[in-house]
Amino acid sequence: MSESDIGLWAVPIAMLGGAIRVSTPFIFVSLGECITERSGRINLGLEGTLVFGAMSGYAIAYETSSAWLGVLGAAFFGALFGLFHGWICKLPKVNDIAIGIALMLLGMGLAFFFGKPYIQPVAPDLPALSFGFWSDVPQVQAALQVNVLFILGLVLAVAIAWMFKSTKIGLTIRVVGDSSDAARALGISANKVRLFSTAAGGALAGVGGAYLSLYYPGSWNEGISSGQGLMAVALVIFARWNPINCIWAALLFGAAGALGPALQSVGVSSGYYLFYAAPYVLTLLLLIATSSTTRALNGAPGELSISK
Amino acid sequence: MSSKFHTSRRSLIKGMAGLAGATALSSVVPGSAFAAGLTVGFLYVGPKDDFGYNQAHAEGAAAVKGIEGVTLVEEENVPETVDVQKSMESMINFDGAKLIFPTSFGYFDPHILEVAPKHEDVRFQHAGGLWSADKHPQNVGSYFGYIGMGQYLNGIAAGHATKSKKIGFVAAKPIPQVMLNINSFLLGARSVDPEITCQVIFTGEWSMAVKEAEATNALADQGVDVITCHVDGPKVVMETAAGRGAFVCGYHADQSPLAPDLYLTGAEWNWANVYTNMVQSVLAGGSIDNFVRGGLAEGFIKMSPLGPAVSDAARNQFEATKASIMKGGFAVINGPMKDNTGNVIAEAGQSFEETDVSLESMNYLVEGVIGSAS
Repeated sequence: MSESDIGLWAVPIAMLGGAIRVSTPFIFVSLGECITERSGRINLGLEGTLVFGAMSGYAIAYETSSAWLGVLGAAFFGALFGLFHGWICKLPKVNDIAIGIALMLLGMGLAFFFGKPYIQPVAPDLPALSFGFWSDVPQVQAALQVNVLFILGLVLAVAIAWMFKSTKIGLTIRVVGDSSDAARALGISANKVRLFSTAAGGALAGVGGAYLSLYYPGSWNEGISSGQGLMAVALVIFARWNPINCIWAALLFGAAGALGPALQSVGVSSGYYLFYAAPYVLTLLLLIATSSTTRALNGAPGELSISK
Repeated sequence: MSSKFHTSRRSLIKGMAGLAGATALSSVVPGSAFAAGLTVGFLYVGPKDDFGYNQAHAEGAAAVKGIEGVTLVEEENVPETVDVQKSMESMINFDGAKLIFPTSFGYFDPHILEVAPKHEDVRFQHAGGLWSADKHPQNVGSYFGYIGMGQYLNGIAAGHATKSKKIGFVAAKPIPQVMLNINSFLLGARSVDPEITCQVIFTGEWSMAVKEAEATNALADQGVDVITCHVDGPKVVMETAAGRGAFVCGYHADQSPLAPDLYLTGAEWNWANVYTNMVQSVLAGGSIDNFVRGGLAEGFIKMSPLGPAVSDAARNQFEATKASIMKGGFAVINGPMKDNTGNVIAEAGQSFEETDVSLESMNYLVEGVIGSAS
């Protein structure tokens, strides 16, 4: 190996690499949740969908020897979970948050149950593109190994932002999310829109799960998610229901998560528990800094059960 | 609305009576079956096929299952909380378990210490806990293996393989056993070349896949070219390190299939042997010592076969050291030695043999380890 000594530069490079490597599941889950919440529903079950996506993606990739089929399969099962959530929430007097928590536990339980035989085998990984060819520093090259799904996530964020702003579908979702009464007056079925929005959100969360098991860290085990699905749901509020902001928030979380290991690797080793809390401290600080005493939850869809 | 789900008082009482009857029955039936054999309970903190800590214990449990007269009950993913107390109680009350192996370190205090006094006829065998006769109940025992010796041998293989003179360790939590492993890994490597340093990164959790991968990448970024770990499931560390082109040394179980070319060797548990002996001695009417320890010689631990990247010089030193460990009395910490903050931990001429109980409360990292425990 010919790694050169880069000293303290390791920290920013690791944070850059961490932002790219770790953020992708956050991007997909938060984009998915963004669509769901803009239609006026909260799906807290995405943690379960993420874990089930990780398991089903890994299992399908292993059985078919194709990582991309795994991603598609994960999206399919994610959509099923979303449809299930949307269908139950359609029934009268059902609370979407409670159903979300139930689906989270169901998704994880099912994933653990069906995932048992797939902990040991090694499935094919998703390919990565090397954007570090211009540098001869191996650490930079390693940090700039970018997975196709990350790029897809960026493109998707722009596409979703455009969809909300200037397409009929986007407008329909926003109307349903902001006022069911207005939607009904326009002849739009709020439940149908929410059903499909939740399904789309579930499918994206499934893809986020497939990234976890098929690229980074790149294997299926029961501790693979460690709460990332829940964090991503919180990110949506942090990003003020804006898909582009979801990207920044996800990158920030990825980078902050890489801070702890990177600092230890350059010798700043005391108090590492505090560094591991960095993403959460950062969230708190930013939320406090951007909060307002005059407006409540700027940008929140009107029909959301937390803003009603 | 409410009438739809209303349960009549009569059906409620009926249900409760049935439940109570079933409870009474199930605690009687296994009790009578016990005369013919022994029900052994195993509790794992994670999934039992994690390529690591829990798999090593589960392989031991599988060996016990084959013994005639033994009924095995297992539960995985039991958190180190009051949950483990409930699981143990249910194994005792419902399955009639008389010998229980709560295998995770954090199960001991306060959970085993809470449950054990209530069930004096049940034996609790805890992996790694510091049982002491004056403080803890007599029906609790602790057992562990001197796997630090395995990490010392890992270190020898690593010391020969490293070109950058930097080796790395992904560690979960700074508990004594982890510290001993880190120190042993470095000292093994330093027996090859005293210039070698070992970079350690603590993840703070026994199982946290993304953080383990980040830690491994951070080590590789620093030019570390041999990596080992002490986390519950080493699969992520092994695959990530091998993906970065670093050599790997295994831990807990054999991970060579994950990186066939870059796997040097690994320190593995051999619980099948240990558990079989314990269960057979109970079946024969004997007892288990409260304090059981063993190393390579006693068959508590074993080494993975050396990988293709191990040189002949490395192989010779590895085998010679292994042979002298097998003889017993081998010491990793030999004075004069300082820790990495400059405190003296061993005077000249002082050494701590593998069986020294003071090693089980190790709270320092030796000179040459880059990292800190807090």
